This record gives sequence, C-alpha cells and structure tokens, in this order.
Amino acid sequence: MKRLLLGDEAIAQAAIDAGLSGVYAYPGTPSTEITEFIQLREEKRGEAADKIFCRWATNEKTAMEGALGMSYMGKRALVCMKHVGMNVAADPFVNSAMTGVNGGLVVVAADDPSMHSSQNEQDSRFYGKFAMMPIFEPSSQQEAYDMTRAAFELSERVKLPVLMRVTTRMAHSRAVVTLTDEPRKQNDISRPEDVRHWILLPAFAKKRYVELLAQQDDLQKAAVESKYNFYRKGTTPERGVICTGIAYNYYMENVANHEERSVLKVSQYPLPVALIEKMVEDGAKEILVMEEGQPVVEEMVRAIVPSTVEVKGRLTGDLNRVGELTPDSVRKALGMEALENLAADDIVVARPPALCQGCGHRDMYKALNEVAAEYENPRIFGDIGCYTLGALPPFQALHACVEMGASITMAKGASDAGQFPAFAVIGDSTFTHSGITGLLDCVNSNANVVVIISDNLTTGMTGGQNSAGTGKLEDICRGVGVHPDHVRVVVPLPKNMEEIKNILREEIEYKGVSVVIPRRECIQTAKRHAKARAAAAKKE
Amino acid sequence: MKKDIILAGVGGQGILSIATVIGEAAMAEGWNIKQAEVHGMSQRGGDVQSNLRLSTEPIASDLIAKGGADIIISLEPMEALRYLDYLKKDGWVVTSNVPFVNIPNYPDMEELNKHLAALPNCVSLDVEQLAKGAGAPQQAANMVLLGAAIPMLDIEFEKIEAGIRRIFARKGEEVIEKNLAAVRAGYDNSIKK
Repeated sequence: MKRLLLGDEAIAQAAIDAGLSGVYAYPGTPSTEITEFIQLREEKRGEAADKIFCRWATNEKTAMEGALGMSYMGKRALVCMKHVGMNVAADPFVNSAMTGVNGGLVVVAADDPSMHSSQNEQDSRFYGKFAMMPIFEPSSQQEAYDMTRAAFELSERVKLPVLMRVTTRMAHSRAVVTLTDEPRKQNDISRPEDVRHWILLPAFAKKRYVELLAQQDDLQKAAVESKYNFYRKGTTPERGVICTGIAYNYYMENVANHEERSVLKVSQYPLPVALIEKMVEDGAKEILVMEEGQPVVEEMVRAIVPSTVEVKGRLTGDLNRVGELTPDSVRKALGMEALENLAADDIVVARPPALCQGCGHRDMYKALNEVAAEYENPRIFGDIGCYTLGALPPFQALHACVEMGASITMAKGASDAGQFPAFAVIGDSTFTHSGITGLLDCVNSNANVVVIISDNLTTGMTGGQNSAGTGKLEDICRGVGVHPDHVRVVVPLPKNMEEIKNILREEIEYKGVSVVIPRRECIQTAKRHAKARAAAAKKE
Repeated sequence: MKKDIILAGVGGQGILSIATVIGEAAMAEGWNIKQAEVHGMSQRGGDVQSNLRLSTEPIASDLIAKGGADIIISLEPMEALRYLDYLKKDGWVVTSNVPFVNIPNYPDMEELNKHLAALPNCVSLDVEQLAKGAGAPQQAANMVLLGAAIPMLDIEFEKIEAGIRRIFARKGEEVIEKNLAAVRAGYDNSIKK
C-alpha cells in the first residue's frame, strides 16, 4: 500500500507496523506529529486488545523513563521529542545504554537546524555518540519508514536503544511511502532474566560498561554492512563527498546524472570507518562532508583520514556553519553556478509571528506591563511557549527566556540577588513540564517572587495538545507549599483589567511566593471545540 | 513532467489545503511528490510557505533551489513577492490581491500592485470577491486561487475536480459543490495557456 506521509507520520506508521506497544512523548516542533498520528489512529480504532499506549507525558524525562519501563517488560516502545527535549531526557537516555533494553526501544530526536521553532541548533547525534548507541539518520520518508522498523529489530538484536535522528525537512516534508503488507504483532510480556543489568549500582554498572564498550565493534560492523550506508567510487575518485541523512538529497538534486565524485552516504552510525578508508584507498585527496546540523561527522573524519587528505565542510566555510543546508548552499560547495533566477524584491518586509487576536496571553501581558511600569526596575523572566512572543512588539515584556521552567528558578535566583520585583511568566504545560520543582525551591526559601502561570488549558504553540496540569494547577501550587491566600486565579479579559492589575499589585507587595493564574482557553482550541460541538449538534 | 511550486501566505490562511488537493491529483496520476511544510511558531500569524514538488521522475530534494520554481501560488500579495528569487526567469506568480495587514509597516498597496504588474508572468485576483460571487464561503478563497493556477500546473481541470471530490467526500455534496464552484471561478478568471 502507498500513502502520502510526512516524515514524522512515516516513523509513526512504521512503529505501528513494527508491533509498537507504547509511544511516550512531550510535544515539540518538529516531532509532535509522530505521537499525534498514533493517537488519531487509536482514537479511530477505539477499544482494541492490542491498544497502543499513547497519552502525552509530562516531560521528555518522564517519557523516556516510561518507555524504558515498557521495554523492561519486553514490549516495543517509542520515545519522541524535539532536540532540546534530549537535554531534559538526557539522564535516562544516557543510562538506558547502560541498562540496555528488553523489548525494542527507539528514541526519535527531531533536530531543528535554522531554529525555525527553537532556541538553539544542537545536534542530537552528539548524544547518541556520547551514550554509545546506534544512531539512524534516514534520508527519505521511505527510509524513515523502513529504518524505524529496522531500528526496532536492531534494538532487540543488540539489546540497546536506537536513536533515530531526523531534522525539520525530514519531519515536516511529505512523500509517497510504500508500506509493508505484513505488520508485525506486538511482543508478549517477558521480564528480564538477569535484573543486574537494570540495577546500576557501581558493582553492576562497572561490568555493564565493559560490556557496552565491547559491543562497539559489533555496532561498527553493522554500520559498515548496513544497506542504508553505501559507497560509490566516482570517475574522479580524487574528490569525494560524504553525505549524511537528507544532505544526500541535496547532493543528488545537484549532480543528478553527472556525478563524478566518489560518494559515501551515511544513514547509520557509528560512522562506518571502513567505507571512509575505502574512499581514501580509491584516491580521495579532498573530501567534502555535508551534514545537517553541527559538524559531527566532519570532526570525526579528520581523525580517520591521513593528514594529506583535505577535509572540507562547515568548519572550513565551504558550507554554511549556521543554519540548515539547502540545495543552494550544497550547489555552491560543489563549485557549481547558481541557477538563473529573478531578483529578490526589496518591497517585502518581515512578518514575524504574533500572539493571536483575542488570546488571553495578550490581556495578561497588558496588565503585567502596566503594573510592572509602576516600579523602578522590574524584571520579567519568560519561558517557552506561545507567550514567549510577549518578548516581541507590541508587548516587549520579557527580560529573559532560556528553556522550559527557567522563568521560575531564574526569577528566584534574581530575587536572591536582590531583584525586586521579580516576575516569572510560564504557561500551564511548561509549568508542569519543568516548573513545579522550581516553585518548591521558591517556597523552601520563601523567595519574594510573583509567578504568573498563564493557563490556556492546552499546549498551545505545538497545536493544542492536552496539558498535563489542566484542572490541577491550584492544588499543585498549594501542594508544594504556596500559601493558599497567594494562589490567585483571574480571567484575562479586557473587562477584568483593573481587577487583574490590583491582584498583581497586592502580590508584588506580599513578601513571599505568589502565584497568579490568568485562566482562559486558547482561542485556537476554543474555536475547534465550538466547531466540534456545532457538528455534534447538527448530527443530533 | 516536472513542476516545482512554492505556496505562500500568512499562518492560518490555508495554503496547505491547496497543496493537499494538488497532491491528491498528482498521486492519482502516479507521480512522485515531495512537499515541505512549515509547522510550529511561524503558524502564529507569521509568513508561511510550502515547497511542493511533482515529477514523473524520482525527486531528491525536499526543498526547491533558488531559480528552480515554476510557479508561486500565494494567498497574499506581499507574500507572493517574498520568494521571487526562487522563481525561474519565465516562472509564474498566481496571487490573491487582498492584503493581510497584521504588521505596522505593511508596504503601500499601490506600490505593491506596481511590483506585481511588473512581473513577467503574473495573475493577481480578488479571491475573496470571486469566492463570494461563486456562492462559496470566504474560507474557499484558497480554492479560487487553486483554480487560477490550474492552467500553469499542466494538470487537467477534471483531475483537480476529481481530487476535490475525493478529499471532501465525507463532508457531503454541498461542501463539494461550493468548493468546485470556487475552483471554477478562479479557473475562469485566470489566463488561458
């Protein structure tokens, strides 16, 4: 069967066809659609004996651990996150190579070079290398499908998790994918025979680490023999290119039928050393390394080839050091002329994203800006979500925004240093993702902060996924010890502006931890819900 | 057959629905398709674009090179010009002339129209009025634009029609007919090639 699928959807379909029992994820662009695809399928299917667990996790760390638990029971599990989610999941991720797996475990990290929707360009392959796991990096949607199934097989064969690394253009691009006619059944429950692997006490872990190191030769052999890696000797073998993942497509787009260089395409790591040595044996004097993200392979190749071979790539400036590759940047690196085109038109101005008209975050920022302006030097620490757009005009409210949860703990640190007033602005989903522990820190030292949890009852920026804390926020805040009188809920609407401002003033003057929760449903999900209700009413 | 198409607009306008219909028609022909989309932050009222590539031969890159696009289809006149350097010298621009003004420094409309008129190959039309005239809701403006682009796509009108019937099958005959009327209005007001 053939279907037109996003790269993300191809991964999801492949996992289903590979006998997946659970997907564990926190939404994050460009990875969100993998989990949503499985959720939609399960929703349509209704109750089934082979139901796939697919509820959103609170953050990437809990997702990774949940998946490891499912793998422990012999079942196949998938974990999905955006690249910066890997930082949150890093502890269980790295240690999952130490425990190894029972049921197949595939971790998808969707990197976002060019920062289309992210705060940095970190390359998840570093994590895979660091943890000494196999890494897959498909170059096409078909490979994304085929390799996800292969990743589960490899994971169960070598008893290690497999990291599947994709980038924005793979995750969010559609192509026709041929699916298997024979989907695999889910694994039966099987508990690990030897639990010492799973108990990382030093005495056991020391042995286990030696085993993990000893496995590396086998992983190297698997990469050299992988059908997703291949080497072709060119007609001018003194020049070679190494392309990883989708960089191969940009190369092929440009050379099409007049390929002259020797080429090594890499989609499975560890980097297949023997294939690079073959390229050198065949006479390569210059090797251009093309990879999406950071110069991970370029650095490794420098250590593999003799010093007489010139290695070019992002480090040498032959390719852009910053941002994703394009057919144009690759064309230039290959020394080819640009295509004839029309000139860009300078009448065009930038159109940055903005908070939706009617969004509750807007009313929250209006009130906050007006009250903050009454003080000499207010500081507002922001967080990750739609409301990060409060940093841009017309609000320009934020003085910092770093990563999920940092608003609360940075406001606390600033307050510790003498800042007054110190505000944190965080969304409901980001608060449960990484804000609760920071709030506990605030309570334990009675920090003088005002924490604003702007609650739109959803995970808005990624398209309106369920938010883990919906209906629980006041209980959570009181539960970690915020005084009940200082957990205040308001409805962010223009008509309530004076009330909201007065509550903010009171809480600023209170010497301790305050939480103000402006709560109004995201207007995007509200529209969607109204539409669904209208459709349901029409049916009746 | 090979067509490289850039779809442009502002987040929320519905450029992806145009891609879905063209993709459906192309898939029925057994052509290869690649369609790169933008999700996430820029969907919040920012500029959005999608690269849609159709070919009878295998397609390597998900992205179109500068100077590689055959046609820019845009739901917004300034956005139509944002990707001009991706267009072939003899490429087409098919655009709505209804501005979406959500920024303070939006260019002067008269000046913008002059830039559009100066293009070698451009169809610029009021897709909202045409949708209205065809008895279709405003949301079908994207289907009017699609209709106007059909002559440059080298896909027969009937094949697009069949694609729309399949995509909207579950929404009932009324929705199908309104969308078809919108596509027809765009097609009739385009340039015949």
